[in-house]
Amino acid sequence: MNSARTRWLAAALTALALCFAHPAMAREAAPAAQNPALEKRTQDLSEKLRCLVCQNQTIAESTAGLAVDLKNEIREKLASGQSESQIIDYMVARYGDFVLYKPPFKTMTALLWLGPLILLVVGLAWLFRVLARRRKEVTPPELTRVEHERAKALLEGTESQ
Amino acid sequence: MKRVLITAVIFAGLVGLLAYGLTLNPREVPSPLIGKLAPEFELPQLYEPQKSFSKKDMAGKVWLLNVWASWCVACREEHSELLALSKSGEVPLYGLNYKDERPDAISWLKQGGDPYLLSVQDYDGRLGIDYGVYGVPETFLIDKHGVIRYKQIGPLTGEALKKTILPMVAELNRE
Repeated sequence: MNSARTRWLAAALTALALCFAHPAMAREAAPAAQNPALEKRTQDLSEKLRCLVCQNQTIAESTAGLAVDLKNEIREKLASGQSESQIIDYMVARYGDFVLYKPPFKTMTALLWLGPLILLVVGLAWLFRVLARRRKEVTPPELTRVEHERAKALLEGTESQ
Repeated sequence: MKRVLITAVIFAGLVGLLAYGLTLNPREVPSPLIGKLAPEFELPQLYEPQKSFSKKDMAGKVWLLNVWASWCVACREEHSELLALSKSGEVPLYGLNYKDERPDAISWLKQGGDPYLLSVQDYDGRLGIDYGVYGVPETFLIDKHGVIRYKQIGPLTGEALKKTILPMVAELNRE
């Protein structure tokens, strides 16, 4: 009896502790930045820039040393009042168009942008050609009048065996 | 028969394209700084931090700026090439110690040999950003007017030195 009560008490205390632990943990997960608006702008801009160390990630996603440095650089520049396009120009001047997660449309990148469209058009053209050819093959020849009447009779069940 | 032929041609084309792609290095991002003035800097020297070294000190000379760090594994690969180059004296070699602790950097140079006429410290990596550094080691060839003429991304190989860098140095020195 006594031990059961102790167990109950322990469970209740644990539950109580969890109740208190929860908000504390939530507070820890909140952004540490003092200026959430600035942090949001830094984050948004970081998502447009490619990390050069881990090339399939944006600077926002990456934890590579350089990505962290660049994020700090962006934060400082935003805080000092520079515009987004000024910062993007700054990055492109140093790392080239490659740093842009969305590459600009240029003669160099025309194939990159138009390639999928060209493939789609070629694919559709080929599909329609094949379909048109198949329709011609599949279309049954017209029945003669005699065949027509026989088919009708068959359907109506009046055809004698 | 015709259809088989067309399929074979397309397939061969695709394989050719992919095979060519395999020979390229996707980590090598061409620098937009080639042909542009190298960013100015004035940074503390590694051995004597109270003294500084600036890009202006190299005006009128063709020189190499090698970005290195004691934590950089790939730097060890090029180290023997750098030592040989410095011994030959064919082109002045300066080091940019990138995001490194001073004692670590000095002890690495003591241990592996110091190929640099002088190294400067870029402790927070700010100058590295200005030079578009993203993968240490990197080496910049800078001409008499302070213009970046070539950038080697990754370890300096004997081949790159012999075929590209040293001929360029010879040519730039004649200017």
